[in-house]
Order: sequence, then structure tokens, then C-alpha cells
Amino acid sequence: MTDINAPRGPASPPKPPPVRTARPSVMQRAAAERTQTTIGRRRVVNVVMVGVTFGAAILATLPLIFILGHLIAAGASSINVDFFTKIPKPPGEAGGGMANAMVGTLVLILAASAFGLPIGIGAGLYLAENRGTHLANAVRFLSDVLNGLPSIVMGIFAWQFLVKPMGKFTALAGGIALGAMMIPLVTRTTEEMIRIVPVSLREAALALGYSRWRTSLVVVLRTALPGIVTGALVAVSRIAGETAPLLFTVLGNQYWSASLREPIAALPLQIFNFAISPYDQQHTLAWAGALVLIGIVLIISLAARFATRSRFGLGGD
Amino acid sequence: MATEPPRAPVPTAVTAPRPAASTERRRLEVASLSAYYGHAEIVRGVSITFRDREVTAIIGPSGCGKSTLLRCLNRMHETVPTAHVAGSVSLDGRDIYAKGVNAIEVRRHVGMVFQRPTPFPTMSIRDNVAAGLQILGRHKPSRTETDHIVEDALRRTALWDEVSNRLKDSAIGLSGGQQQRLCIARALATRPAVLLLDEPTASLDPISTQKVEELVYELRRDMTVVIVTHNMQQAARVSDRTAFMLTGELVEIAATNTLFTTPSDSRTEAYITGRFG
Repeated sequence: MTDINAPRGPASPPKPPPVRTARPSVMQRAAAERTQTTIGRRRVVNVVMVGVTFGAAILATLPLIFILGHLIAAGASSINVDFFTKIPKPPGEAGGGMANAMVGTLVLILAASAFGLPIGIGAGLYLAENRGTHLANAVRFLSDVLNGLPSIVMGIFAWQFLVKPMGKFTALAGGIALGAMMIPLVTRTTEEMIRIVPVSLREAALALGYSRWRTSLVVVLRTALPGIVTGALVAVSRIAGETAPLLFTVLGNQYWSASLREPIAALPLQIFNFAISPYDQQHTLAWAGALVLIGIVLIISLAARFATRSRFGLGGD
Repeated sequence: MATEPPRAPVPTAVTAPRPAASTERRRLEVASLSAYYGHAEIVRGVSITFRDREVTAIIGPSGCGKSTLLRCLNRMHETVPTAHVAGSVSLDGRDIYAKGVNAIEVRRHVGMVFQRPTPFPTMSIRDNVAAGLQILGRHKPSRTETDHIVEDALRRTALWDEVSNRLKDSAIGLSGGQQQRLCIARALATRPAVLLLDEPTASLDPISTQKVEELVYELRRDMTVVIVTHNMQQAARVSDRTAFMLTGELVEIAATNTLFTTPSDSRTEAYITGRFG
């Protein structure tokens, strides 16, 4: 078989066995050259595009790195035990912390979750189980619109329909406003997570004599639970930093309060108030508050990631 | 619920003839059944009897309606939107499509195993087998009774020795063949009168297939088994009687031996000799 690779004269007669011995024609050589230039051009384009997307990927993470770096530089010095245990000092006095604001944010997150999660998950379950119906399509569309609603609009509505009738600013009104913002997010993630539960699993439950609602709750919802938990945590981390709705609903509080019926402090509000104050000492506290808020969101995101990883793992009893 | 199942006397050999009387009892009677998806008629006026303590295989080319027919026997067909049924299916003389009959109740008596293993991923091995028992309301067996039923079901599916030391582990950790036998155990735990198998070995390797086939062969001792299969050798191995379906119609049903050696219909002959399908 050495003659296959050997140089061959133009007059070389074909030999048996009939391997392809013909020289490449002019057309074939032209085609080969074209292929060569095409491949060369593709290599260049490839390198350029990889470079461009790599740059974009770096740029995408740059703001977070920059923000974190600046927050640590400007705020880390104010983070101490007092910051987590004391309430703010009057303007001009040194020391004090944001403990009441952290408690307030926690209360608001709990209130918002208590209001938003059951409705969001229930709506998502309905959308997943009744796909294609007019009502489901309408609900899905409206939920998407709600998702894009500016938070300040949500705040104004909460003020108009909750704060005004109740006659005062309350943590409850803030919780409901934030919960309403969670609903569309939770609805859509729940629907998506339930949709990826295989139909065969649903059929297996039905074939065992499970009723439709029991199939949905015990088998489908439970299988989709890690994904739904992730969605819920993402929604929580999104509303944890909301400020606009809180301006109209919970107002803020310089003192300890965990009551739903009173104005309450919240980290974003405290940051806002300190940032616009004329005292440098409060500015530093605002930076520290921002650092803590980002820390909370980061922890929630990590928890969400962890919940996703254990998806379809052993749920246990 | 009894912890030990009432069983027929064990035959000395698997090939031992079973009492003639039991084969005459009628378990499932299908009368001029048609099944539709929207306007498409998938099963066309099929009448067929599935006898007690027999394995009946349904064979036929893809799309002939054999799976749909099977899904009509436990009212799973109607769970698909636009699907509906005409005709009747009687279980021990009672029409399961009559007014007032609860589909959920029917499915407790007519178990089903699907083409692909469908263990519940969030449940342990034990809870998977016990899944059908958890919904019996006030008839729900106690914890100890449940443990006995689970063990019995796992023994019948020859899984007990393989999983008895990890009953609390996730069912997802089992191999495909084990998962499928687990699904059969889950269906058996509620002691159904009839077991429907929809190509139960389609996604299994030959060793697992053999185990499932042996199991199916054993099951006829105390229940009616209907198995849909693509594989004619499988039908020949496990069934007492075989039905051949084509384009939604029942072409012929006969003792498995007869159908595969001397089919009475030329279309059956063409199919089993591999001339189409």
C-alpha cells in the first residue's frame, strides 16, 4: 500500500486494485484552496469572537467586584459587634448600629414570604396543571406584566390601598407590598419546575389510585420542591434590597420594633436615610449597612445554589 | 389487610398445568370498546376477555392501539386531554365505565407498570413500595403491617435480597432493572386483581428483562396479567394467550402456542413471520 502515498506522474497507469489514483482536477484544487482560505478566515473569526465574549464575561462580573471592593473599603471599618447589636445613635453622635434595621428586614422578608409564597406557588401549580386554557394564558401574561412593574408603583398602590385605610405606616403594609412583588417570580419558577417533572411520574401516581390533587401535591410538587425553593430564595433576595415600596409603607423606625402593626426599620431604608444625612459618621454606617445587605443576598443566593444541587437527591421522609 | 397473601398451591414445576376451573373464571371483559384522542379513533370496537390467573399478551406493530387499549382497562386513557372512550369494560361483571364508578377506585384494583421505570424520586425504596397504601384512608395499614406488605412485595419481585439493607435509601440509586421491579412491587403492594404491563422491559437490558419475565410468569398464580409487548419472543415466553392487534382492531386472540404456530388469520401470520411491522 506504499504506492498510495508515493508521488505519481501524470501518465501513471491505473493499477488493480482500483484505489483512487487520479490526480486532483483543476476544479478540485481550486476547491481545496478555497477551503484553505475559508478555514483560515474561520480561525481568525473564532479567535476574535472568543476574545469578545470573554471580555464581555469579565465586564459582566466587574461591577460586582468593584462594588464589593468599595463597600469593604468604605464600610468594613464600621462593622463591629455594636453594628449588629445596637440601634442608631442620634445624628452627630459616634457609634451605634443597625440591629433594628436587620431585624426589620428579617420581619419584612418573613411577612412578604408568608403572603407571597403560598399565592405564588399555588398560582404556579395552577398554571402548570392547566396549560393552554385561556385563564392560564391570561394569568401567565398578567404575571409577566406584574414582574416588570416598577417597584415604586407597587409602593404607591400599597400606600393608597393599605396605608391610607389603616391610617398609619405599618410593617404589614410593607410585607404585603414586597410579597406582591415576589408573586410573579415565584409563580413562573414554580410553573417551570413543575413542568419539568416527567409526565410518567404523574401517570405512575394516578395509576396507583392517587387522586389528581394528591398527585399534584405529594408527587409532583414534592419532586419539584428543590427547584421551587430555589425560586423562592431568588425572589426573597430580590425583595430584600427593595427600597421604593418601603418608603411608602413602613416608613422606617429609629427604635426597636418587630410589630407588624407599627412602622419598622429596614436595612435599605436605613442605608438611604444615612446616606442622605450630612454626617460623615452616618455615611460610613450606610456603607457598612450596604455591605451587610449584600452579604445577606449573597448568603441567600448560595443557599439557593445548594438547594438546586440536591435536586432529585434523596428528599427523605 | 393480611400480612401474608393467600396463595395458590405452588406447582411442582412452572410448566405444571394449572387447575382448569380457575382459567375459566372471567376477570376482565372488554365489549366493543373504542378509544379516541380527539376525533382519531385509536382502538376500534375491540371485544376481548382477559381470564383470571392467566397472562395475556397483546402484540402488534407500533401505533396499532395496544397501549391505548391497555390504558382503557384502568381508565388511565381519560387522563389525557381530549381522550374518550365508548363501549364497556367489566371487572368481575361490574362495568368500570358505568356512571358513579370512581376511576380512582378502579385504578386501585387494576395496577399498571409503564415502559420506563417511574420510581418517585423523593421517596425511599420502602416508601415507594408503600406509596399505594398511603392513600387508603381509614383502611391504611399500620406501620408494622406496611413493613410486612413492603417486604412481601419486594420478595415477590425478587428485590428483597438486593435492597433489604437499604430500604431507607433513595429509589433513584437503583439500577434500571431494579427500578422497574420496584415499580412492579409498588403495583403489587395494593393487591390489585389485575396487573397491566405496558412494555415493561422496553428500557431494560437482557438480564433485567429475564428477571421481569420470570416475575410475570410467577404473577399468574394469583392475578390476571395483561402485557403489551413489541417483542414476540417475550409474548411467547410469558403468556398463556396472545392477542394480535392491527390498526386499532383486534385481529385474533388464541392460546399463545396456537397463535404462533397456526394462526387463523393471514395478517397474523404475516406479522409473526416478519413480513411487516
